[in-house]
Amino acid sequence: MTLAAAAAHPGFLSPTGIEIAFVLVGVATIGAALITVTTKQLVHAALWLVVALGGLAVEYLLLTAEFIAWVQVLIYVGSVVVLLLFGLMLTKAPIGRSPDADSENRWAALGVAVAAAAALVWVVVDAFRTTWIDLDGPAHGSTETTGAFLFRQWVLPFEALSVLLLAALVGAIVLSRKRSKEQS
Amino acid sequence: MHLAYPAVLAALLFCTGLYGVLARRNAILVLMSVELMLNAVNLNLVAFDVWLRDALHSGQALTLFTIAIAAAEIGIGLAIVLAVHRNRGSSDVDRLRDTAETDAAESLPGDEDDTTGTEDQATAPAGKAKKAEATA
Repeated sequence: MTLAAAAAHPGFLSPTGIEIAFVLVGVATIGAALITVTTKQLVHAALWLVVALGGLAVEYLLLTAEFIAWVQVLIYVGSVVVLLLFGLMLTKAPIGRSPDADSENRWAALGVAVAAAAALVWVVVDAFRTTWIDLDGPAHGSTETTGAFLFRQWVLPFEALSVLLLAALVGAIVLSRKRSKEQS
Repeated sequence: MHLAYPAVLAALLFCTGLYGVLARRNAILVLMSVELMLNAVNLNLVAFDVWLRDALHSGQALTLFTIAIAAAEIGIGLAIVLAVHRNRGSSDVDRLRDTAETDAAESLPGDEDDTTGTEDQATAPAGKAKKAEATA
């Protein structure tokens, strides 16, 4: 569907280097995401998730959002995937192929996902066929710019977010300790 | 860069995550798929922020907030999954049917045509735990 729209627009026929890199990294990201949701080996799913999230970090870099790219690497690849791996180990996930990784309704899920993908891609391509991002000029998301807008305009939400993180920390500890407290 | 590239990539990633949420049984794999969906939204936010050249940089600020909230969500979610696994011995979302209101919740949807021994053994303790909770 993308290719059909691409042929209609002359701008697609002469892609810039950034666009070629974006599409290549995007294909790798989608492939890694597909393996993540379809593989039968649970630990491999977490490791392919690293590839997908790292590919997204590269996409952020190509969109000149440097700070977000490094935050993505730090938080997602660095801590979220490690947390997921810890969770897999703590719930005694089977190492190797587990035949019941997928539910019985996977064909219905596949239908829903394909229908949603078709509708979304059609609408998005139709809506933004003639829209271009101007990537020239100073970087949009350099650390300096990010610090400036985050601590000038977004200070209050930022502080509220720190309270939310504290609440999540306390909540996770309470959830994890409840059982052992009752036993003792 | 054409705006359709990041938008289409985000749509496809979101639908990949959607398939994972609907089709996976292990709760941790469902959490991984939720992460994919959140990342698709983040890519959209960054792309539209760069396109609109917003003076407040709302898209990038919201992306940072989303990343922080996703980290909090994964922490709480894993704590819940670990608590469920400790109580039930399983992190299979298809077997957590305690809040279902109908009697059909007693049996798994695949039990009629799937009568292998492992499935029955695995569901038996879950059913017992359910009855025990219902009487308590």
